[in-house]
Amino acid sequence: MSDKAGSFREWLDERLPVTKFLEDQLLKYYAPKNFNFLYFFGSLALLVLVNQIVTGIVLAMHYKPAAELAFDSVEYIMRDVDWGWLLRYLHSTGASLFFVVIYMHMFRALFYGSFKKPRELLWLFGMVIFVLLMAEAFMGYLLPWGQMSYWGAQVIISLFGAIPVIGEDLATWIKGDFVIADATLNRFFAFHVIAVPLAILGLVVLHLAALRTTGSNNPDGIEIKKNRDLMGIPKDGIPFHPYYTVKDLYVAGLFITIFAWIVFYSPEMGGLFLEHPNFDPADSMRTPEHIQPVWYFTPFYSILRAIPSKLGGVMAMAASIVVLFLLPWLDRCPVKSIRYRSPLFKIALTAFVISFLGLGVLGTKPVTETYTLMARFFSVIYFSFFLLLPIFSSVEITKPVPERLTEPVIPLSKREGFQWRLIEEGIRALQDSPQVERVKDAISKVRGKITGR
Amino acid sequence: MMNGVDNEKRRFLIKAASAAGAVGAGFLAVPFVSSMQPSAKAEALGAPVEVDIEKLEPGQRIVVLWRGKPVWVLRRTPEALASLVELDSVLLDPRSDNSEQPSTSKNESRSIKPEIFVAIGICTHLGCSPVYRPDIAPADLGSDWKGGFFCPCHGSKFDFAGRVYKGVPAPVNLVIPPYYFASETRIVVGLDGEKA
Repeated sequence: MSDKAGSFREWLDERLPVTKFLEDQLLKYYAPKNFNFLYFFGSLALLVLVNQIVTGIVLAMHYKPAAELAFDSVEYIMRDVDWGWLLRYLHSTGASLFFVVIYMHMFRALFYGSFKKPRELLWLFGMVIFVLLMAEAFMGYLLPWGQMSYWGAQVIISLFGAIPVIGEDLATWIKGDFVIADATLNRFFAFHVIAVPLAILGLVVLHLAALRTTGSNNPDGIEIKKNRDLMGIPKDGIPFHPYYTVKDLYVAGLFITIFAWIVFYSPEMGGLFLEHPNFDPADSMRTPEHIQPVWYFTPFYSILRAIPSKLGGVMAMAASIVVLFLLPWLDRCPVKSIRYRSPLFKIALTAFVISFLGLGVLGTKPVTETYTLMARFFSVIYFSFFLLLPIFSSVEITKPVPERLTEPVIPLSKREGFQWRLIEEGIRALQDSPQVERVKDAISKVRGKITGR
Repeated sequence: MMNGVDNEKRRFLIKAASAAGAVGAGFLAVPFVSSMQPSAKAEALGAPVEVDIEKLEPGQRIVVLWRGKPVWVLRRTPEALASLVELDSVLLDPRSDNSEQPSTSKNESRSIKPEIFVAIGICTHLGCSPVYRPDIAPADLGSDWKGGFFCPCHGSKFDFAGRVYKGVPAPVNLVIPPYYFASETRIVVGLDGEKA
């Protein structure tokens, strides 16, 4: 470092603890050394958040939050604003990928028990961010003022009407009118661009502060702080910078590649990210034939539809999110990572994930008797997971937990269970096949051309 | 008491000041919360709507906008009226005891004149607008379907009088707005005859 830069830094550090902060957060923050790919989604979430804020600010410069003007102003952004289409697709794709990333992030916590003591607060902050994110996405979806925007909002706001006594007045208060109208759009815009993002940013700070206090969990679910060297540094820890900053940057590159592919080739994702009825302007006289929320809400929406009672459905849907908050207290097994937990838990978690995905798919389908029955079946599994968890997790027979960290991903040969042997056999058979030989040859030829050898 | 400082008194003063502050903050919250209520302008937009039904064919339905909501006017066929009588056992509230309608429409056909049906076209479940399905026993609604209204959002079913079926999410029958016949062929939606 040059003398000038050095003295400027000194000047700065006397007034603001910049160097100390960076050292504490990056160089002297020791993270477990065996993070695998499930550990990238936190930093990816931060990346998408930045994308949403930056593109959102520019979009707000051209968008008009008024019932008469909103739909046209979105078309104006798409057609007349320089690069407007790109900014809007970055924002809309970012919304969907935000949920992909967050769901993976939450799944990681379930998989490795990251929500357990001492990380309960970390999990709670994360859950509040998740709920705020749902509110943010829901209110953002009204802004284009298309048919799906309008009727989706109509359904979701009507949910509040199911609350006994105060419900109807509450729904009117939220709408600011007796129907979804200009007033609703205008206030949703205010919430979407100011109130909720501010709250999310604040909670992200709390989430990170809580993370820095307890330290990250890891695929083995053991505390690295228990094993320290003479300097007091965790033996299984590596400094966040440069190790994980570089690793995260690499994955960010991969993620941005996928992101860009969607933005340029499939921004609507076949009606999954941007639904077809939303290309019709809102019409309060006509509900689209088949109305559904965007894909990331469909699991909860399916639960709502599965119950043949208004209040019951709303309560079940609310409960499906509330139970997630309670997870740290429902799971009583002292072992965190799935690696050392009983087959019972593995089966339960698999059933839960399948039911969540199943509910998600069913939420995109029209209402038929078969689908309703299936949705009820999956809803029962969804709730059973949480209801049975306190019972079986307290009597679970777990495997011994290691003292020190092991591999990020357990190699196939070390895994127990016949299914892994089967996969091993399969891979061996594949490797011996002539087709694979041919592919290998082709790859080495291309390589030769590139390196010129 | 230490060094002449009355800690008890200090704690009391802190509590009293905090309580007074909380009450003040509560009062200050009122304008913020109230500002989100429907404005005076929104409340004023409730004018009655006049509908001409002279050219309405039997089985035909028209939709008019009243207070931002779709209002249906349907001229029921004799078959549709006949179907109403058979359905009591499969309906949740066949006599409309728990449903919302003006007293003039609290009867078998939920209308002033049996053949003219007027209702707010908003599902009592979560506010979608049900679809008019007069076809008998279509493939998607099953062989028991006698015609009526079907909500595509969550599958609630209503008969030709807007009465809800059992086993669907909507809790009550469709709402009948206040209306009256200004003449043989003209309906006014939004007012009942007495107040007019």
